[in-house]
Formats: sequence, structure tokens, C-alpha cells
Amino acid sequence: MKIFLKYLFMFITVILCQVLLCNHIQLYGYITPYIYIFFILLLPFKTSKYLVLLLAFLLGLSIDIFSNTPGIHASATTFMAFLRPSVIKILFNRESTDKSLLPPVSSMGLSWFTKYTVILVLAHHLFLFYIEAFSFTNFFFTLSRCLSSAVFSIILLIISKLLFFKEQEK
Amino acid sequence: MRSLLHFLTKIYFFLCFFLLEIFCLILIVNFNNYQKIVFTNSTNNFIGNIYKQSSTIYSIFNLKEINSNLADENARLRNKLEKIKISNNTDSITTDSAGYFFISSKVISNSVNLRNNYITLDKGIKDGIKIGMGIISSKGIVGIITNVSDHFSMGPTVINRKWKVSARIKKNNYFGSLSWDGKDYRYALLNEIPTHVKLNIGDTIVTSSYSSVFPEGYLIGKIEKFNHKKGYNFYDIKIRLSTNFMTLRHVDIIKNFYYNELDSLHRNRE
Repeated sequence: MKIFLKYLFMFITVILCQVLLCNHIQLYGYITPYIYIFFILLLPFKTSKYLVLLLAFLLGLSIDIFSNTPGIHASATTFMAFLRPSVIKILFNRESTDKSLLPPVSSMGLSWFTKYTVILVLAHHLFLFYIEAFSFTNFFFTLSRCLSSAVFSIILLIISKLLFFKEQEK
Repeated sequence: MRSLLHFLTKIYFFLCFFLLEIFCLILIVNFNNYQKIVFTNSTNNFIGNIYKQSSTIYSIFNLKEINSNLADENARLRNKLEKIKISNNTDSITTDSAGYFFISSKVISNSVNLRNNYITLDKGIKDGIKIGMGIISSKGIVGIITNVSDHFSMGPTVINRKWKVSARIKKNNYFGSLSWDGKDYRYALLNEIPTHVKLNIGDTIVTSSYSSVFPEGYLIGKIEKFNHKKGYNFYDIKIRLSTNFMTLRHVDIIKNFYYNELDSLHRNRE
């Protein structure tokens, strides 16, 4: 119950952060960070992948409702949640990891967390920007927008991780 | 089955993802103006290209039209044939064949699985259809018209337990009545053939000249099997119908020029 409340709080917080702050940031006209995926990144490893998928969908949909773009964020976040289990598997470099033994994501080392974040944020942003553009014309313009935003998002995510969560020594 | 289930559980996660994405896509296309425009435009282009590049494939669908044209032509040719017959017969004293006129028609609805099956056609009073006209297909007889409206007509088919038609064995001219037992749409029964008649499996059954509905000698089917029940004077003959009622699409309605004359004659006798 405590965990549930904690994640509910986090869920609402990231949405508010995204909607009230980050959506208004438009560096050089087109760089917007999308940090709401922090919530998906921080879900415990042992969370069922179906639950992650559903939560990601709901999160994306909430962002969509606020930013008046039904379906766009939801699809990108769902895509990210779909990739998450495979990314975790690859990063741990083991076929069958006992997920219940793993520490929370927030207490993983910085280098691990950076790799994890970079992969998922790139996936999310690529999907998001191409869905938003909805065509491959101006491919490189979209790509540049996507990458610059991704860099910005990654920096913000890592900073907030360092700010809010202490690194645990193994 | 087990491997299928196994496969499904394997891709279950992907399926969930896929369904959510489809849902998102529906949202995107329906509620975002820009995406909607791009989507409709690209689908237009896409479909336009498909149309263009595969027009040869699409021409197959025109076969329907071509088919109905051919059916019309068939009907016209049959008319000509019958006219020739009439003009030939006028010289002779024994006119055995009445004059027939064929109207090509499309089957709108048809059933084969009921105990009393009816057929509906897309020609009606305005096309000159009257009650009592026979229906034939290119393969064999189909039925008779009992109801007719301005544009449509309907009636029982051979596979209807309430309707019987006079039929004869082509090779020896013995005649009986054709009925249906309500079981299999491919088979009908021929009754009242006396047991002294020699039959073979595969003998052709045609319409008899006693019916004013169908032209004489029009194909009905072939003998599939026959047996002689003890104590009966008649054979039990099972006939494989030449018309496939399952795939019936085009039929001809037969107009008998002398139908009224024959009909009133028959009534006078009664």
C-alpha cells in the first residue's frame, strides 16, 4: 500500500512537472525535454512487464490529455515500456536474473543508470518525434529535433536522479 | 494446438503492446488534425498507387459484369434458337415444341438448407415476368415463379418439398414426377417409374413435354442410384441434380408464348 501510494505520488508529480514546467521550455524554438518517463524508468525491476506497459500507456495518455495531443505520448511511452524488459536484460548481461534480488532502479550506479536512461530515452524520443511528424519527409530535421531534445531530457533525468536519490554502495 | 498456445504465450507481451499502439494510433489519427490530414493523404496516395499498379488484378472483379453480359447474350442466343425452331415447325403439322422466350436474371437470394427452399430473382413485372414461368440455369432446371412484384420475383426451386415437376428418362421416355426429400440439396427423387423399366446409373433425366413451364428435354440430372423396394411397383430413384443450387448466380426465366393457351386448355379439360 505504501509502495502504491509512493508510486501514485510519483506518477502525479512527473505529470505535473512535465505539464506545468517542461512543456513550456522551448530552447531554440524546438528543444523540449520530456522527463515524465522518469516514472517508467524508476519502476522496480520486479514489476510485471504487463503492468509497466499499462502504466506507461496511462502515463502517456495523461500527458496527452494535458497537452492536447491524444495518442502521441501514449504510443511513444508504450513503446518504451515494451523495450524496457529487453534493455534491462541486456544491461545485466544475464539471461535469467532473479529480479526480486535486485535493488531499486534509483540505487543503481550512475554509469548503469546513464546507459539505461540513454537507450530508453532515445527510443522514446525517436518514436515520439516521428509519430508527431507522422511522415519521413524532413527526416533529418525531425532527427535533429529528436536528438537535441533527447540530450536535454537525458541530462535533466540524470540530474534529478542524483538530486532525489542517493546512490547505494553494493 | 499446443504449439499455437505456446506461440501465443510467447508473443503475448508483444500482442499487448501492439494492441495499445493500435489504440494510440486510432486516437492520433482521429483527434489530431495534422496527423489526420497526413494519414488520409498518404492512404489516398497509397491506395491510388495500388489501384494504378494492379489494375489488371482489379479487372478480375469486372468478371462479374462480363459474366452477366455473357448470360444476357446466352439468353438472346437461346431466343434466336427457339425462334428458328418455331419457324421450322410452322411448316410441319406436328408442332411438338412450343415457343419459348428467355429472360436472363440474377439470383438475389437463394437457400439450400431449408426444407422448402425458395429463390428470389431481380426481374419482375416490369421485365415481363409472370406467375408460372419456369426458371432454368445453364446447367439445368431451377424452379418456377410463384410470386412476382414490380422488380423482383420469387418461387420454389426443385429442392422444395412442396413442388414437383414432371420428368422423364431421356433414353426410353418413361416419365415420372421429380420431388425432393428435404435432405441433400444435390439430390432429388424420381417417383412413379415402374419396375419393369430398365435403368442404369448415370441415365439422363430431362423435363417432359407434359409440363408447359419448361421446354421439352431440358436437363434435370442423372441417376445416382436406384433400388426396388419389395412390395412396391415403383423404383426409388435418386437423382443427382445437374444444377448446383449452392453456387447459382445467373438464371434464365422462361416465357412460354403459348402458356396461356395451354393453361386454359388444361383448365377446360378439368
